[in-house]
Amino acid sequence: MVVKCEVVWREVSNYVDGEVGPELRSAMDDHFRICKRCTSVLEGTQNVVHLYGDESMVSVPLGYSHRLHRRLEEDMHPGRRTFFGWMVAAAASVLVAGGFEAARSSGRLPQLRSPHAQRASSVPPDMMVLIYPDGKTFHVAGCTYIPSQAHLESVKASEAEREGYTPCVRCLKKYLTQNTSSGDTPIRTV
Amino acid sequence: MQEAATSLAGSPPTQNEDALIERIRNGERELFYELIRPYERRVYAAAFAILRNEADAEDAAQEAVLKAFRNIKQFRSEAKFSTWLIQIAINEARMRRRKNHPELIEPIADRQDESGDYVPRDFADWREIPSETLGRKEVRERLAEALASLGQIYRDVFILRDMQHLSIEETASTLKISTASVKTRLLRARLMLRDLLAPGLGSAWFSQTSFGKGAKPW
Repeated sequence: MVVKCEVVWREVSNYVDGEVGPELRSAMDDHFRICKRCTSVLEGTQNVVHLYGDESMVSVPLGYSHRLHRRLEEDMHPGRRTFFGWMVAAAASVLVAGGFEAARSSGRLPQLRSPHAQRASSVPPDMMVLIYPDGKTFHVAGCTYIPSQAHLESVKASEAEREGYTPCVRCLKKYLTQNTSSGDTPIRTV
Repeated sequence: MQEAATSLAGSPPTQNEDALIERIRNGERELFYELIRPYERRVYAAAFAILRNEADAEDAAQEAVLKAFRNIKQFRSEAKFSTWLIQIAINEARMRRRKNHPELIEPIADRQDESGDYVPRDFADWREIPSETLGRKEVRERLAEALASLGQIYRDVFILRDMQHLSIEETASTLKISTASVKTRLLRARLMLRDLLAPGLGSAWFSQTSFGKGAKPW
């Protein structure tokens, strides 16, 4: 079976997807060996599929995941915003800053993402830190313990702690409950 | 500001997905966060590819996830949850595009002709591009521009098939067109993108990579 260039151009996409029969595939393979133009078309098509299918083609806005979860939570628990709820929320907002410390002292702390991690002692609650979904620790920008492929999200330290993240032993060492400078080997929990 | 990268094509663990969905249906609604976490970025990417605007894409992505949550009981387990979710996102984005951005929909006269064979341009060569090239913002922008220049019918098929990695049948089902139309439009989209990108990739972009002129990596 011999195929012309026109047939190759019509079938090249199916060829890349493995959607052509063995006889046509074999004929196209023979054609590519002798036709530079069709080989260029094939390579170009493969490059397009490869490039656009790459995971790093699209980036998402910082905080997207956090905002998505917040909106989902509002939808999941609409009853939390009744009139009484708003009154309580207004009163509670005054106590937000102290509330976290109260929770800390009462023992009702968020479950840590790593059993080996140390809780923070005094990370400023409004300090912006970086987290990523599968991580266990939060970081400041530029920390070398952040995996290169991590999908970073910027949140307040207080939010990161509520999610069970703990400070990175490298970039936020000074906020750790137990100082690791006494010779202990820092535990990497990223 | 953007997050560094996003996983679009990854295959999250699905072995417990059915059990997770069942528990959510039975009232453990908080588990929905866990269910969607692996797909959050794919949902955004699908919406962005269609709307081409960060704010619109984020709104559409949020709405799609909410719809999935509200309609989780309608999800049929014979389909993949990810496919179902992406279909919702695509439909939401397309609906918003029609409603809010009619200028993004090309007049019929401007659409590329679907009938007839497409003759690809004759380039001597298009060297393979290392994936690291995508780390450069201008390259990603160039790819986005090329995609945006396609007619809508080609772009939608390409997004679902080559960016969201849906099968031909799933793409056809989402867009409510035949599998034959999917194949035809996909071919046209790929060849047009190749024609749009090949000249740039053959010269300026590559001169900045580790593969210098005359030193092809193969």
